[in-house]
Amino acid sequence: MSLNRLVLFSKSVRCKNLLTPLIGQFRSVTTIQSQRSFRTYARNLVYAKDLFLGKVNKAEVFPYPEIDKEELEEIKQFVGPVEKFFNEDVDSKRIDHEAKIPSETLNGLKELGLFGMQVPEEYGGLGLSNTMYARLGEIISLDGSIAVTLAAHQAIGLKGILIAGNEQQKAKYLPKLAAGQHVAAFCLTEPGSGSDAASIQTRATLTEDGKHFLINGSKIWISNGGLADIFTVFARTEVVDKDGQKKNKITAFIVEREFGGVTNGAPEDKLGIRGSNTCEVVFDNTKVPIENVIGEVGGGFKVAMNILNSGRFSMGGACAGMIKKLIELTSEYAGTRKQFNKSLSEFGMIQEKFATMALNAFVMESMAYLTAGMMDRPGMPDCSVEAAMVKVFSSEGAWICVSEALQVLGGLGYVKNYPFERFLRDCRILLIFEGTNEILRMYIALTGMQYAGKILTGKIKEMKKGNVGVVLQMLGKKVRESVSSTVDLGLTGNDGVVHPSLADSAKKFEENVYYFGTTVESLLYRYGKTIVDEQLVLKRVADVLINLYAMTAVLSRASRSISIGLRNHDHEVLLANTFCSDAYFKNNFLMAQLQKNAPENNDDSMKKIAKEVLEKRAYICSHPLERTF
Amino acid sequence: MAARVLVGVKRVIDYAVKVRVKPDNTGVVTDGVKHSMNPFCEIAVEEAVKLKEKQLVKEVVAVSCGPQQVQETIRTALAMGADRGIHVEVSGKDYDALGPLQVSKIMAALAKKEEANLIILGKQAIDDDCNQTGQMTAALLDWPQGTFASEVVLEGDKLKVVREVDGGLETVKLDMPAVVTADLRLNTPRYATLPNIMKAKKKKISVVKPGDLGVDVASRLEVLRVEEPPQRKAGVKVETVEDLVSKLKEGGRI
Repeated sequence: MSLNRLVLFSKSVRCKNLLTPLIGQFRSVTTIQSQRSFRTYARNLVYAKDLFLGKVNKAEVFPYPEIDKEELEEIKQFVGPVEKFFNEDVDSKRIDHEAKIPSETLNGLKELGLFGMQVPEEYGGLGLSNTMYARLGEIISLDGSIAVTLAAHQAIGLKGILIAGNEQQKAKYLPKLAAGQHVAAFCLTEPGSGSDAASIQTRATLTEDGKHFLINGSKIWISNGGLADIFTVFARTEVVDKDGQKKNKITAFIVEREFGGVTNGAPEDKLGIRGSNTCEVVFDNTKVPIENVIGEVGGGFKVAMNILNSGRFSMGGACAGMIKKLIELTSEYAGTRKQFNKSLSEFGMIQEKFATMALNAFVMESMAYLTAGMMDRPGMPDCSVEAAMVKVFSSEGAWICVSEALQVLGGLGYVKNYPFERFLRDCRILLIFEGTNEILRMYIALTGMQYAGKILTGKIKEMKKGNVGVVLQMLGKKVRESVSSTVDLGLTGNDGVVHPSLADSAKKFEENVYYFGTTVESLLYRYGKTIVDEQLVLKRVADVLINLYAMTAVLSRASRSISIGLRNHDHEVLLANTFCSDAYFKNNFLMAQLQKNAPENNDDSMKKIAKEVLEKRAYICSHPLERTF
Repeated sequence: MAARVLVGVKRVIDYAVKVRVKPDNTGVVTDGVKHSMNPFCEIAVEEAVKLKEKQLVKEVVAVSCGPQQVQETIRTALAMGADRGIHVEVSGKDYDALGPLQVSKIMAALAKKEEANLIILGKQAIDDDCNQTGQMTAALLDWPQGTFASEVVLEGDKLKVVREVDGGLETVKLDMPAVVTADLRLNTPRYATLPNIMKAKKKKISVVKPGDLGVDVASRLEVLRVEEPPQRKAGVKVETVEDLVSKLKEGGRI
């Protein structure tokens, strides 16, 4: 990749200073028109990635996705029975205590049809869209163990067959899986390969007759490992690529427990989601027919990534559902408990906690359904970055909100008689599984940086070719940029897509996006390819982007609510404006830290501290009571 | 063998909701409030579907009177196993004034039109607690009635109904056609499973107006005022039994 050329260009045109980013000086002077992008990429759903170029693709996210009346009626019909079941027939306390979901409960879930929500109707499932799936996820999340069991079964366990399987595999396996007769599990992680999924060592060797693969290896942290009959297993196979070279590439297999050689270890004794079965699964010469390869031999890694990406967004809905429930439970207490002759709800610090919960639920909902709506559009839109952002925000937001809710109840929140401690323990896993938040932040930042880098070098190439128009365009942009300015990316004003009562927040958002675009450019210039190793930089980039996407989601959703006059839309405007204001200042600070030699940035010191501690594998300061004489 | 069962289902405010009185005291707040099928109507539907599963009846028809939203309630009945639905459209002021007399006239007219042999209703609705519709319907049709049923057995062309009454249990035998109203212990309604809800989409709901059935829904009642029950006042703690006795005397209680 020619990021070096970017450097050369800047030197050759003798305008190094034109590429230096502006440092937080956005006071209004003049207006800049939105820059027209240079089309070197296929027109596919590109929202998050274009934010890296300081560009807002309004059409992708405005107006907020809507489902038609019939679908809404249908989903409302579904919500009733599921809520009833969870309120009356699910004893979460018992499930947590016994570390097991009772078989009556599992049967109830199967009969309700919850084991095949996204399996097409022709195979016996409910054929729900992503949006409807997310809606039901809001209710199912009331019990963490059940939510994880169902997700492990259908969001990842059988997803491979659904999205990459052929007709025969679908017809053979999906009906029983949808009915819950068979339970599925997803087997990727190994003792030596967690975040680094591409390094798995489980092997699949072709038999002499070429009709079977023999799978050998062990997998850990497998949800439903003890209950499953059907496993989606990832193993290395020998592949001869087009150059005639032998390579070991990952392949995805449908493995039935009946094939033999499949054993599972004892269930893990976990902090939370204790009712979900998690164990080690070992494959010892398990014979798998070649018809059970999902997709192509050697194409397994991509299948794995697609599976994981497709289910991620639903965490937003699940967390929002949980927080909404917590708000109900906690406000009941805060309204009745009195101290100092006032009810708790009259105290500022308690009120702040409720505002935090409401804001988080609002943002999570907005992001989740925006992403689901985008994913439900025809074609195969790649929303992996957006889904990852939903996951990171929702998992961390949920963890904070549950903790705050517990705090409101004080000592009562700490005891097992109340569900708060269970919600807290169940929530902790959200930041770890389905891609740790650290990995996802890297993914979010790097995917965007790579995309931006490609576009920018594409532009450089054109200029080198002598495309005068592009040169003038870039120069003109740089000249205007060097003057402090307000930004107009088309969200407000006469053709604006955002409702006037949100105009202020939209302006803040546009400013952030613009600053972000220039910051990204300067980072690429400063680091080039080595940006991959700058985790603390990438972390901030990801955080800014997540905030930007969140702001987009709330602006879009609130605009729609006002425009169609939904109940309590004033409250939505308040939530949207509050969140955007908060995120705006946070983003500005993060981006200030990203500028060259920023005094706000302590990364070098942090790394030095970490190095000294890790070298000695201990805290190295002398004890404060120590003497030298 | 009974051919057709009519089941009445009413859309009411959900039992878990905290009901509030409207500021103008003309009624309760229904806007934006969660509604669902009256629990006793659920039991009625369940009983009808059970009879169909035992092959003692051929068709179960769910009926509801009200505005467009009652179709949701009918759909729930369809998802539980009813074969088709009839929505009797009544809206606005007429709906506010709709009471047991009007509904029983409608049910009677429909029973004749649909040639039903059995009508099963919930014993009462949890919003008005009238406990009149079943009885009035039977009277209008001049059919026998088995109300507060905790057990229903179809024996040939006779219906054995065990009724829960104040004194205990009473068993009656009714000639068909008849009207039955369901009490709490008749059965445990099934969940409308999601696959059944999807199948129910294909079932038919026909819409009729009271006028088409020759029924006049004008009300003979006028609601003057709706109020919340008085706030419960705090009690007073006393130290000794003597204090208690003197306080009671003071209050004129003893």
